Amino acid sequence: MEKFQTVTAIAAPMPLVNIDTDMIIPKQFLKTIKRSGLGKNLFDEMRYHQDGTENPNFVLNKDAYRNSEILIAGDNFGCGSSREHAPWAIKDFGIKAIISTSYADIFYNNCFKNGVLPIVMPKEVVDVLMQDAEKGANARVTVDLEAQTVTSSEGQVFDFEIDGFRKHCLLQGLDDIGLSLEKADHIAAYETQLGQSRPWV
Amino acid sequence: MTQSKTLYDKIWDAHVVHEADDGTSLLYIDRHLVHEVTSPQAFEGLRDAGRKVHAPDKTIVVPDHNVPTTPDRVDFIKDDQSRIQVDVLAQNVAEFNLPHYYDMKDVRQGIVHIVGPEQGWTLPGMTVVCGDSHTATHGAFGSLAHGIGTSEVEHVLATQTLIQKKSKNMKVEITGKLRPGVTAKDIALSIIGATGTAGGTGYVIEYCGEAIRALSMEGRMTVCNMAIEGGARAGMIAPDETTFAYVKGRPHSPKGADWDAALNWWKTLKSDDDAQWDKVLTLAAEDIAPVVTWGTSPEDVLPITGTVPDPSEFQGGKVNAATRSLEYMDLTPGTKLSDVRIDAVFLGSCTNGRIEDMRAAAEILKGRKVKEGVRAMAVPGSGLVRAQAEEEGLADIFREAGFEWRLAGCSMCLGMNPDQLAPGERCASTSNRNFEGRQGYRGRTHLMSPAMAAAAAVTGHLTDVRELLEE
Repeated sequence: MEKFQTVTAIAAPMPLVNIDTDMIIPKQFLKTIKRSGLGKNLFDEMRYHQDGTENPNFVLNKDAYRNSEILIAGDNFGCGSSREHAPWAIKDFGIKAIISTSYADIFYNNCFKNGVLPIVMPKEVVDVLMQDAEKGANARVTVDLEAQTVTSSEGQVFDFEIDGFRKHCLLQGLDDIGLSLEKADHIAAYETQLGQSRPWV
Repeated sequence: MTQSKTLYDKIWDAHVVHEADDGTSLLYIDRHLVHEVTSPQAFEGLRDAGRKVHAPDKTIVVPDHNVPTTPDRVDFIKDDQSRIQVDVLAQNVAEFNLPHYYDMKDVRQGIVHIVGPEQGWTLPGMTVVCGDSHTATHGAFGSLAHGIGTSEVEHVLATQTLIQKKSKNMKVEITGKLRPGVTAKDIALSIIGATGTAGGTGYVIEYCGEAIRALSMEGRMTVCNMAIEGGARAGMIAPDETTFAYVKGRPHSPKGADWDAALNWWKTLKSDDDAQWDKVLTLAAEDIAPVVTWGTSPEDVLPITGTVPDPSEFQGGKVNAATRSLEYMDLTPGTKLSDVRIDAVFLGSCTNGRIEDMRAAAEILKGRKVKEGVRAMAVPGSGLVRAQAEEEGLADIFREAGFEWRLAGCSMCLGMNPDQLAPGERCASTSNRNFEGRQGYRGRTHLMSPAMAAAAAVTGHLTDVRELLEE
């Protein structure tokens, strides 16, 4: 996985609450056997009309936001299914960080596995950043994971909390499986003991 | 004195392989369920890294999301992408030597969350994961069961473990007895109506109380299935005699001395009386009515006797969300829910595709007909549910009423196969999500219990099933 670098970019405002994974990437795109190429279908049913033409009212279709690398979203972003296609599509579009008051649990986990940073901020801060994002292409927001700060286009700095282990893995671009395989001896010991304590497993 | 523990604490403790100083833990996974949609990229990752599947005997594989539910599926899946996904699953099973595989021709095939318990793979006290959010279903057995993403599927395949941080403990107690016509689905939806779809975020829920204890395993699975719709990592119910009776004698449940040892341990799997809870919700079963959803979030729940709400009744971001929902659902505030006409009925899914669900719907449909113009489909959750329903005469009731009687799969719950709503169609559905486009592009979903869906099929509009029970 690539290391997470500081992002200074356009932020797209999506004030809707409960944006679910079916909205982020509808089912017909889950039939792929690849991880890549889903960016063009991110938010497909909001982004395109049924005939495939763009819906000009959708935020990412507006000129100012086509190159957004940050999303500012309403509460409970990513609720619904476990599909990792959601962060795959977000990443493939070019979004590197999301800011919301809350995320669904599985979606939140999935982001970290793909180098996408989901930032949790209090409602007041999300409101400020949402307004800032409404300004369009001139408003560039900076996300600094190392310092755990988000800086608005006006220079206001907001701190955020993040689990230390997750932060470390994102900054270093670490592969979870590699880390866990370093504990192969612990796994083997557990399995030996399992044969006695719960042999039916 | 030992510290008091919840059921979740006890299962967690029994599965810790390694714990770092900051609490990040490597948790052992007892059962890994795999289906065709969220696994191809995980197997590809293993292949690219030259890794093997660590524990093939703990890996259970079944195609369910893409499979057509019409009889011709056995010859050929017409949709190219769906066929490729199902074929790739079979190739991965062969390449990685996975012994427990139920393909489309196997009578035991079905929705992975119905097959697991049916075959005795899911047992109390286990950790169960799957690349599917409705893995929460298995918590009904007093196991810790939750959905994972594809990267985590790959992690479990490679190591039989997951990197986890512990969630908080939430207790949801349903006191007293359910009234006639009220079912497990009404409990599940009413809880989400009370907590909201993010109310459980960060928690593992334990459901308890007299009304939960009185549920069959099928009903308990319905309640736990929808824990994810309330945002919880997992939902669980402490195992009891109902659980043990269900598990006993299943193909993969323990036998002989192993059974005795297992049972001894399972009986200890309950929260201590003085266990500490981070959050508690209590609902009285008597207050729960047959409910339906009116919007595009599972939290948009109202008793069938209610009316479509006005968005101005809500607070904050929900005002806009409700406005958008009503526009999408083509509903006007103040309309009686029982006046809302439907075009389609879907009976099935991992929420309500078990034998008890088939029975509940058939009880309403017996001697009645589906309203003209309504398209109704019954999709059993597994080949074995289908066979049992045939044997009990339920299939005949469905067919005589005018339902299509299909083969097993996820079907119109998410419409990855050809079973979809047309744009604008309105469906009375026993599934778990009413999201925009979930059952088909621009399709409209009202969630409800099997009995309520059957009642809607008969009348052609959302209906209080109690009116049909009284006839």
